[in-house]
Amino acid sequence: MSRRLAYDGVVAAVPVTVPYARYSTHAAHWWLGRALAALIRESGIAKADIDGVCVSSFTLGPDTAVGLMQHLGMSPRWLDHIPMGGASGVVALRRAARAVQAGDAEVIACIAGDTNHVDSFRHTVSQFSRFAQDAVYPYGAGGPNASFALLTDHYMRQYGATREDFGKLCVAQRDNALRNPHALMRKPLTLAQYLDARPITDPIHLFDCVMPCAGAEGFLVMTEERARALKLPGVRIRSTIERHNAYPDDPIQFRGGWAMDRDALYEHAGVSPADVDFVETYDDYPVINLLQFEDLGFCAKGEAPAFVREHGFTIDGSFPFNTSGGQLSVGQAGAAGGYLGLVQALRQLTNAAGDMQVADARIGLVSGFGMINYDRGLCSGAALLERGTA
Amino acid sequence: MSTAILAQFMAELLSGRIRLVDLTQTLTPEFPTIVLPPELGQAWPFRIEEISRYDERGPAWYWNNFSCSEHTGTHFDAPVHWVTGKDQPNNAVDSIPVENFIAAACVIDVSAEAAKDPDFLLTIDFVQAWEAQHGRIPERSWVLLRTDWSKRSGAKEYLNMAEDGAHSPGPDAEVVPWLIRERNVHGFGTESIGTDAGQAHHLNPPYPCHYFMHGNNRYGLQCLTNLDQLPPQGALILAAPLKIRNGSGSPLRVLALTPRT
Amino acid sequence: MTDATPKPKRKSPVARTRLPTLPPASRSRAALGLARAAAEGRFEMQACADCGAVQYPPREVCGSCLSERLDWREVANGGALIATTTLRHSNDAYFRERLPWRVGTVKMDAGPSVVAHVHEDCHEAGRVRLALKLDRSGQAVLHALPAEDTPNMNDSPQLRETHCDPKHRRVLVTDGRSTLGRAMVKALLDAGASTVFVGDPATWKADAGFDAFVASDPRIEPVALDVTDTDSVDRLAASIGAKVEILINTADHLRDGGVMNARDVGLARDAFDVNVLGLMRLAQAFGPTMCFRAADGTHGAVAWVNLLSIHALAALPARGAWSASKAAALSAALTLRAEFAGAGIRVVNVFPGPIDDEWEQLTPPPKLAPSAVAASVVRGLRDGVEDLYVGDVAEELRARLRDNHKAVERELGG
Repeated sequence: MSRRLAYDGVVAAVPVTVPYARYSTHAAHWWLGRALAALIRESGIAKADIDGVCVSSFTLGPDTAVGLMQHLGMSPRWLDHIPMGGASGVVALRRAARAVQAGDAEVIACIAGDTNHVDSFRHTVSQFSRFAQDAVYPYGAGGPNASFALLTDHYMRQYGATREDFGKLCVAQRDNALRNPHALMRKPLTLAQYLDARPITDPIHLFDCVMPCAGAEGFLVMTEERARALKLPGVRIRSTIERHNAYPDDPIQFRGGWAMDRDALYEHAGVSPADVDFVETYDDYPVINLLQFEDLGFCAKGEAPAFVREHGFTIDGSFPFNTSGGQLSVGQAGAAGGYLGLVQALRQLTNAAGDMQVADARIGLVSGFGMINYDRGLCSGAALLERGTA
Repeated sequence: MSTAILAQFMAELLSGRIRLVDLTQTLTPEFPTIVLPPELGQAWPFRIEEISRYDERGPAWYWNNFSCSEHTGTHFDAPVHWVTGKDQPNNAVDSIPVENFIAAACVIDVSAEAAKDPDFLLTIDFVQAWEAQHGRIPERSWVLLRTDWSKRSGAKEYLNMAEDGAHSPGPDAEVVPWLIRERNVHGFGTESIGTDAGQAHHLNPPYPCHYFMHGNNRYGLQCLTNLDQLPPQGALILAAPLKIRNGSGSPLRVLALTPRT
Repeated sequence: MTDATPKPKRKSPVARTRLPTLPPASRSRAALGLARAAAEGRFEMQACADCGAVQYPPREVCGSCLSERLDWREVANGGALIATTTLRHSNDAYFRERLPWRVGTVKMDAGPSVVAHVHEDCHEAGRVRLALKLDRSGQAVLHALPAEDTPNMNDSPQLRETHCDPKHRRVLVTDGRSTLGRAMVKALLDAGASTVFVGDPATWKADAGFDAFVASDPRIEPVALDVTDTDSVDRLAASIGAKVEILINTADHLRDGGVMNARDVGLARDAFDVNVLGLMRLAQAFGPTMCFRAADGTHGAVAWVNLLSIHALAALPARGAWSASKAAALSAALTLRAEFAGAGIRVVNVFPGPIDDEWEQLTPPPKLAPSAVAASVVRGLRDGVEDLYVGDVAEELRARLRDNHKAVERELGG
């Protein structure tokens, strides 16, 4: 039996999204400030009563969460800054939950957001990390497209995945996005269009790539009791995992850290993959979705292509998946991309998903993946969430 | 009285009855200097670097730095230049009496001979034949050897180097002491790069013009030009070297005054 | 198979000249260890002195045992190409101009996986050799090359970005009269240079052998050039400056003589005038135009070669003034390298041991044949190195300097 404590008495609530924009003339502070304002507005909690803040952003520099607190006039007694990109949401959740559980803070605002100026992406990519600057960017400066192209090329060769497999997921996600008012890409996508798209960096084609944009996401973590008092529907946390720099000796990434911690995740939650009603993965490129299907136990390693061929991935499909449309169709608002799946899961489990609602969703799986520091994504995390009883 | 003489001189000059001829080569970086074996010390060629030209280095003025040896371009040889002249009195450019910077000139034309034979050597016989035609060389005169060497275009033609060294005309080893002893000449001047012939190393003594002229406190001029514009006799030479302390020679402007004929 | 790079067509005189761009140049200090190896054409990786782990990208401590004792070692350069992609989009202006661009992941036999530029002749999932090359920014990059040489391999557009092949290029050899200069000209002609401008510092000097040499190949163009004469340098630059794609400075003034034990500074001044100020005059006259032409077609201006001496690094007291001039020339060359960096023009410094010519008459063997030095320079240009130590004497002296530079001082002084 696991020695880990359960997340008893803690809930996540109030999923908010600051509508995305392709480009923004505002700074990251604006987007994060709008997210915090939305949390206050939606929850009815006074600004001064939010006593914990957790921040993720790529474009906040030179500020950190500390400078942002002065910028936003906040005086929290608990503050965290999580620079984990696509894993930020899950990690913020599990940090905040433990802080609330321990009484270090009562209400924690978890916010992630980035701006996108016309040259933000190039700046972010060219200075992403020391290893990237030393050993990736000088090799064509392809950014994440190139790094994921290599992983995709290897995966396709190794496990027989085809562009049609990736396309099926992209088309399903676009289908989901058509129901999402926040999605930037709201034109239907056909498999033929997907296959005919122009190559960006082989085998990555246009619709395999996310669109960088500006935006922010947020949620609150508080005690179940507090949520009940405020009449806020809360989502319970059954289990979470995180892992960094997993499998460093793999010559190229074909699995993520989830594979190391998957058993602990389900055991701690007391559920199995079969119990999961919907899945929100980190989907910066389709191949990463396939890795997550495998590493999170929905199929064995190398069987994701077959898994994709067997299932439907729309909201109404046999495997409801990335029900917001995912980053591939909503857009990638920097670090907010690491919150997208979690915020969407909170909507699903609080009946706030509107047209995107998965019927009878009780258990949702959210996973995150982030930070291609050199040749592979280093951060992975996942959370099993359950509809609250309130 | 002296004022009147000079006034008359100026009047003659202005009227054009006295003509000024510039015997000087332009100083340029490409003008050759004497060629010695590469392991020996070398005379610097003329080099020039701009200091400013109405630009950020000097907004309203143009000027240059230049460098060269004492024996670059049209230049004057002082007696101290040669070892035979090292103990002569007043043997350096700063101590030579200034009246020695003005002297008459006899121009011996060997251009036809030099055209046929670049190693042509001036002999006593040749000078005596010249005197028979143009009159005896007066005392204290420059003897200038017209070879038309200055008309040769380019350093290659001018130096006229072959595998065995330079080939250019000059005096032989007998005529130089004869000119000093018998005619008491002021000095010897040439159009080529030295007062001695290109192959004078092989004469006895080697470089007789340097050897005897400087050993007798006489002077040299070389790299002259426009000698073809001077009469055989009757020209006056103004050749005042720079006043370099203990200098062995100096580039200079050499002017000739000739009666217009 | 790689196509041979065709001879460039004559450029329209009214066409715009493209300006040079550079690949990303930022590197951590540790990563610059790769530049040291690439500068000399070696293949080295960071390795732990304690546990022996080979690691990449370079780190501050061993990623395996956390030891701080990290060395740079020659390691096996073989590996397997386990993934490739062809970029059709780039975030960087330099690569945008050169798309498509192939990169890949190589699992090295020595351990690490590396991202590398991938040669067009490399087979998917096949064996490759890795090479460390200097790119146009002067930084070291990994190139995956076919396991065996392929025809015209060096002509691939990717590799051409790393080297300075004289083939189809116009080269100025600043002193073509010296023994080394003539050997240099010959080696360049053999390497396929389209024109070799042969600098003649002594146009007045009759030399039937030189005249015959100059007449021996229509690609030779003799030009008057005295590097001690600013006017001469400027005039030549005004006449052929826009045609010089590689400049090889062979001008030298080698004479015996020390510092105290010389009668005067005359020889020293002459040596500095040729070896140091001459280099500066050439740089001021030819450099800016070469920078402007660094991206001019397939055969733009690409390299500046300084024939220095191993004694630029260790003074030879018997030739103290000359040694000092070579050391000063090296220092000037390093500044020149920084000044050329913005255009991506490579400054190659050549450090030969004694060369078998008239000035080294009394130097005991081993001495380098001028043709061997020239061949080495051509090879260096083809390989794209920037520091070239030529011959056993130079290599040995360099090793001794690394071992104990004080011993070298004492021994050369003895």
